Amino acid sequence: MADISFLLLIFFLVTTSMDVNQGLARRLPAPVPPDQKVEDTEINKRNLMVVKINSLNQLMVQGQLMDVRQLKEEAKKFILNANDDAYYPKLVEEDFGAPFGVVRYTRDHVISVQNDVDTRYQSYLDVQNELVAAYNELRDECARKYFHMPYSELDEDTQKRIQKIYPQKISEAEPKNYGGK
Amino acid sequence: MAKIRRNDKREMPALNTSSLPDIIFMLLFFFMSVTSMKEVSYKVQFTNPQATELTKLEKKSLVRYIYVGTPTSEFRKQFGVETRIQLDDAFADKSEIGDYIINERSAMKESDQGLMTVSIKADKETRMGIIADIKQELRRAYALKISYAATQRTSF
Repeated sequence: MADISFLLLIFFLVTTSMDVNQGLARRLPAPVPPDQKVEDTEINKRNLMVVKINSLNQLMVQGQLMDVRQLKEEAKKFILNANDDAYYPKLVEEDFGAPFGVVRYTRDHVISVQNDVDTRYQSYLDVQNELVAAYNELRDECARKYFHMPYSELDEDTQKRIQKIYPQKISEAEPKNYGGK
Repeated sequence: MAKIRRNDKREMPALNTSSLPDIIFMLLFFFMSVTSMKEVSYKVQFTNPQATELTKLEKKSLVRYIYVGTPTSEFRKQFGVETRIQLDDAFADKSEIGDYIINERSAMKESDQGLMTVSIKADKETRMGIIADIKQELRRAYALKISYAATQRTSF
């Protein structure tokens, strides 16, 4: 008996790979039907945050060179617009019901990520990661403020309500080949 | 009166092994439950990029993988060192992704079809051109739930 189970044990020991499959979950936009004309949607300039990554993996945010480490804070400032600055997105008042009440939030903000054909995958993922992190932190702060517990421990319904206050709006343009190789 | 035996040799009792199978079985079940068999044999080599905001892929049966990387040494003679895509057990062209996804999806239960996730396992040095092509193919095949496979970053 022990021999057989030893055998099985060793088999499973050898075949085990402990690595868990994890990753950065994203959602792609639905495809545009071929007969539909692509319209350029007009977005107010203050509602738009442009993040560009070039072929040398340098980051440009709103026309300025930036380190990826600063991106999260910049994105949070942009999404929140706590001081109602004119160069950050427009604040809209909306009633989200108890316990939120009337909240001023940047409903129409869009973060646009543009990358080059030659951008490294890691750099691209760094940017995506920082932007997702900015949203996650804002949602977590909101959860702690109103429910006194971390966002991850809230039930799905409440999480959805917080998501409405901080809607994730990361748009990705088709990669451009500016600058060439 | 108590007798003090000094010269008696004390022998160590034999170890009782009757509970050994139980212990082994316990270990066996532990490893059985944590084991995840390798999905395919890799024909491309890749190192996952690093990130922090990771989510676990919940249901294995709903996940399909796309591997992107340079061919491993044994295939290098045949396929060169350019970045390539692997679907299941074979190299594939990016135009095959759409068909592959649609085939895989139609093989799933109808209730699960909307929950299919495509995990892109790409090397961190991959150029974004090929990733963008894959994303376009996935969009066309309506596989919109994707996950960029990554490992937890420890330092920045």
